[in-house]
Amino acid sequence: MYLSKTLTAATALSLIAASGAYAETLTIATVNNGDMIRMQGLTEDFTAKTGHTVEWVTLEENVLRSRVTTDITTKGGAFDIMTIGMYETPIWGKNGWLVPLDDLSAEYNIDDILPAMRGGLSYDGTMFAAPFYGESSMVMYRTDLMEAAGLEMPDAPSWAFIAKAARAMTDRDNEINGICLRGKAGWGEGGAFITAMSNSFGARWFDEEWNAQFDTREWSDTLNFYVNMMTDSGPAGYATNGFNENLSLFQQGKCGMWIDATVAASFVTNPTDSTVANKVGFTLAPDNGLGVRSNWLWAWALAIPAGTQKEAAAKEFIEWATSTGYIDLVAANEGWANVPPGARISLYENPNYQAVPFAQKTLDSILTADPNNSTVDPSPYVGVQFAAIPEFAGIATEVSQEFSAAYAGQQTVEEALAKAQAITNDAMEAAGYR
Amino acid sequence: MARSVNTQRKALNTAVAWAIGLLIFFPILWTILTSFKTEGQAISDPPVLFMFDWTLENYSVVLERSNYARFLWNSIFIAVGSTILGIIIAVPAAWSMAFVPSHRTKDILLWMLSTKMLPAVGVLYPIYLLFIKMGILDSRVGLVIVLMLINLPIIIWMLYTYFKEIPGEILEAARMDGASLKEEVLYVLTPMAIPGIASTVLLNIILAWNEAFWTLNLTAAKAAPLTAFIASYSSPEGLFFAKLSAASTMAIAPILILGWFSQKQLVRGLTFGAVK
Repeated sequence: MYLSKTLTAATALSLIAASGAYAETLTIATVNNGDMIRMQGLTEDFTAKTGHTVEWVTLEENVLRSRVTTDITTKGGAFDIMTIGMYETPIWGKNGWLVPLDDLSAEYNIDDILPAMRGGLSYDGTMFAAPFYGESSMVMYRTDLMEAAGLEMPDAPSWAFIAKAARAMTDRDNEINGICLRGKAGWGEGGAFITAMSNSFGARWFDEEWNAQFDTREWSDTLNFYVNMMTDSGPAGYATNGFNENLSLFQQGKCGMWIDATVAASFVTNPTDSTVANKVGFTLAPDNGLGVRSNWLWAWALAIPAGTQKEAAAKEFIEWATSTGYIDLVAANEGWANVPPGARISLYENPNYQAVPFAQKTLDSILTADPNNSTVDPSPYVGVQFAAIPEFAGIATEVSQEFSAAYAGQQTVEEALAKAQAITNDAMEAAGYR
Repeated sequence: MARSVNTQRKALNTAVAWAIGLLIFFPILWTILTSFKTEGQAISDPPVLFMFDWTLENYSVVLERSNYARFLWNSIFIAVGSTILGIIIAVPAAWSMAFVPSHRTKDILLWMLSTKMLPAVGVLYPIYLLFIKMGILDSRVGLVIVLMLINLPIIIWMLYTYFKEIPGEILEAARMDGASLKEEVLYVLTPMAIPGIASTVLLNIILAWNEAFWTLNLTAAKAAPLTAFIASYSSPEGLFFAKLSAASTMAIAPILILGWFSQKQLVRGLTFGAVK
């Protein structure tokens, strides 16, 4: 009798202890965009499968970046999972601030992740963040305006064609701008676009000795081409336009072409918000005949800060959120056009997803972006629209401010490039690169 | 004739005051109007002011997605708590500066004010590390302390200004009648300074309510107030202006109502001692 009671009590205690250790509450910092919000709405599925609950901290991208950087550099432990990008992941992984994701389960099938994404989220061959969704950039264009201009969009256009088409489509009387591009200051806004564009013109941020390269003909050609094209065919005030401003213009039928993130494709083809939903075509970002296209590569990924007390539960969440099962869950609830794109090979092999109009061009764009060989001439950095060094965000923000001032006509292109050269070299010297 | 000129001038002044008032209020009005639009109407060009299909959908989405009550409670706790704590510390400090000044009092007052000129980000890391060590990261208590410290110079300055207006002879009389220091401050000074204290309280509640740097950087899921609630609807990649406007309206509504009902006290307090 005594033994039986003891056994019962021991079993009950161990069950309580086990359930207490298992059911965790995870705090996840994330960005505010459609895919992430959708994930928040589907978290109940994760809780039902694992018993863990989730508390979301959703912040605007730049606020989030600053917030999680403060926390991880001080080992604050405020978050169990952080949403970070391709820029931060290799730097933080190298510093030992992230938990390596090298022991995910066999069912997770890590080999199904697109190599470009896996490579961009790894340091020294170890993946430190799992891609929730990936993106590149591509040309989104109005098929009706292109036809009216008597032109046909090639599968792989050149910048010369894009400029010609933009001028042909521009109709100032009817408020139609041939092309809408980012000009807003900020390394992730206009800075990202012009850097990706400069790659196709043969420009680069640094030579192999980390010397700034803004005094080269290639950068001058890039900036002058951009300013001339936007002056002739871009919207008024393009110097302050970012993703949202251009999305708004395109959805209202005021842009002939828009070169931007591939995730925008689902917005511009959504008839609820877009007035041109059924008149949009997609093609690869342009090149300049030098073998490098002007598309970027980015992923929003989930990472675990080193030192979290809930590593096992955090890994369970990451496996759930970036799995093929999650993609199926979104497809069942929201349709195939709304699944997080750009992360898994199997998604693009799925006939249901192949029927989505922008699926193939998104994949083609992602596959043509190579963060390890993003420039025509060799460069010492990894990254397409950024250089994955800690100093880049600060430098590129200042440089993009100078470029935006040139777009706004407050200074000449040559003045902006001279300032960019000085800013970059000074910062690199102070950081000990030169 | 003179009367007619005065009336015309009065009417002109009133019209100018209304125009300036409406101009200042317009961004808030626009935010409120946008919160009742669809996302498509929110970005329409040319913009529509009133002639659109009014909808409550954004409020419904925001309430479904976020725990508004928790954000609101955190805001109330942090704003009221930091103000009360600040007043408790500031009343004796302002009393000593107003009635027993030393030759360094003005320097101290200026030094206190100069701390407001320090960019907050300059002390983010030290404060963040302190919060980690003290175990008060993402806690309401931590925010009460930090917001109290940030607003303390303003509270002391305002109370000092009000206290200076009170004749010192009254306090002397209380002392002659045998009042202790505590009784002098609590039963003589404080009742006379109630309007000033009330306006200081109101202004500091508003300042603490609107504070967005520390409340975003020192919180995560538990202690985040309404500033974090608004920030969660801002996005550089996606058009959520109508939802952002709905969240903003819900965040400013309580303080707007408080400001509306207490505007007389606020104006009186802020102009107290300005015109002699």
